[in-house]
Amino acid sequence: MSNKKKKKFTPTQQQYQQYAKQREPKRPVFLNCVRAFLVGGFICTLGQGLQWIFMTYFGFDEVTAGNPTVAVLIIVSVLLTGLGVYDHIAQWAGAGTIIPVTGFANTMASAAIEHRSEGYVLGVGGNMFKISGPVITYGVFFAFVVSLVRIIIKELGGM
Amino acid sequence: MLKGHQSWVFKNKPVILAASAVGGPFESKGALAEDFDILHEDMWLGQDSFEKAEKKLLEEACETALEKAGIKKEDINVFLSGDLLNQIISSSFTARTLAVPYIGLFGACSSAMEGLSIGSLLIESGAANYVLAATSSHNGAAEKQFRYPTEYGAQKPPTAQWTVTGAGAALLAREGEGPRVTCATIGRVIDMGISDPFNMGAAMAPAAVDTIQAHFRDMERDPSYYDLIATGDLGKVGHEISGDLLAKHGMNIPEEIFTDCGIMIYSEDQPVLAGASGCGCSATVTYGHFMRKLREGELKRILVVATGALMSPMSYQQKESIPCIAHAVSIEM
Repeated sequence: MSNKKKKKFTPTQQQYQQYAKQREPKRPVFLNCVRAFLVGGFICTLGQGLQWIFMTYFGFDEVTAGNPTVAVLIIVSVLLTGLGVYDHIAQWAGAGTIIPVTGFANTMASAAIEHRSEGYVLGVGGNMFKISGPVITYGVFFAFVVSLVRIIIKELGGM
Repeated sequence: MLKGHQSWVFKNKPVILAASAVGGPFESKGALAEDFDILHEDMWLGQDSFEKAEKKLLEEACETALEKAGIKKEDINVFLSGDLLNQIISSSFTARTLAVPYIGLFGACSSAMEGLSIGSLLIESGAANYVLAATSSHNGAAEKQFRYPTEYGAQKPPTAQWTVTGAGAALLAREGEGPRVTCATIGRVIDMGISDPFNMGAAMAPAAVDTIQAHFRDMERDPSYYDLIATGDLGKVGHEISGDLLAKHGMNIPEEIFTDCGIMIYSEDQPVLAGASGCGCSATVTYGHFMRKLREGELKRILVVATGALMSPMSYQQKESIPCIAHAVSIEM
């Protein structure tokens, strides 16, 4: 906790917070990492397999095969979300199901399903990006910063 | 009447003529499934939104309590109700259906005992002959408002709790057969600076401890007076903390009479992490499970300390800590 935040609290409160912290069951960080590695790795392997199928049987090359591969993963993820299975897998897999593209699909699909009851415009439309919005905002912003840096280096005669 | 600083003694001992508990699919697989009057297999209850489903739960709980007591809804002088949804819509919409005089309450998950204590006071003072006190929560509606969409795949920490899909109602009367409300202790808001919405047990435990201490101080009683002292929804983490804090303050409540509704309601094999939470938790356990045990004579005197976290989704996003409260009600057969 930062010092600024700590200042707000009385010594008794700080004491209790430390005490409560000790009483928290620890997150099984190592086990979570192993699970994330296995599930995340499995999803990536699946993607690799799909890419190979698209290249071998459907005449895509290494670059163009990316699109249908991602599309299939997204469709599967959205389907599993709609069937109510994805969140159970995710409780076990943790970062393993959040980090790959399937996790992004899940954030959008789950929010869309959740807010269906408020209608298509204010509900689905307005809330679909509720969780994935920050990813897009900061993704675009940092892509802009990185490309700016690249251009500057290039102009200065680098690369 | 007022005893000590914050406790009310009811000389006329208002009677709980009837009480009801309604639950959802997850509760039907829980440890106390038999004590529910109605259990639903469908989380939506055939409605098209979680919010409407919660309203339906509450309506059913009220209807069941009225039916069991054999009282017509026209006889109800005051309907007291609270829930977790913004502007307590479940309660107000149920009051619209019932069309009886209504006071909305907000005490978050402590609403069940808040309603029961105020209801008893109204009966005691002669302001009402019949009071219906109810509360509800719905897992989907609460998650949607306070956390993430239900189908969102975020891993929850071991301190997280599962919001109960359920509603409970109690019908209070001046006289009749049934368990009686003898006294109540109104809690103070306690905030120890915990701001993690996934660790409500640790946030609420000090509030429960404060109210329990106040109760025994005001009533000049010893914990051994009760057969059972149950906190509302502290879960495993909060329950242990509250026991330790009480011991630290020199109040040793024997382990076999000290429990928590949030630990009792679900069975060991259900994936609820630290336990249950929500208005429906203490309401269904008290009005379902405890009422049956009181009527069957297995319990004679109980103290229910319903705990509530008084934060909003907005307040924790703004990094505010979680203010908590607990109200204690003593029910005797």
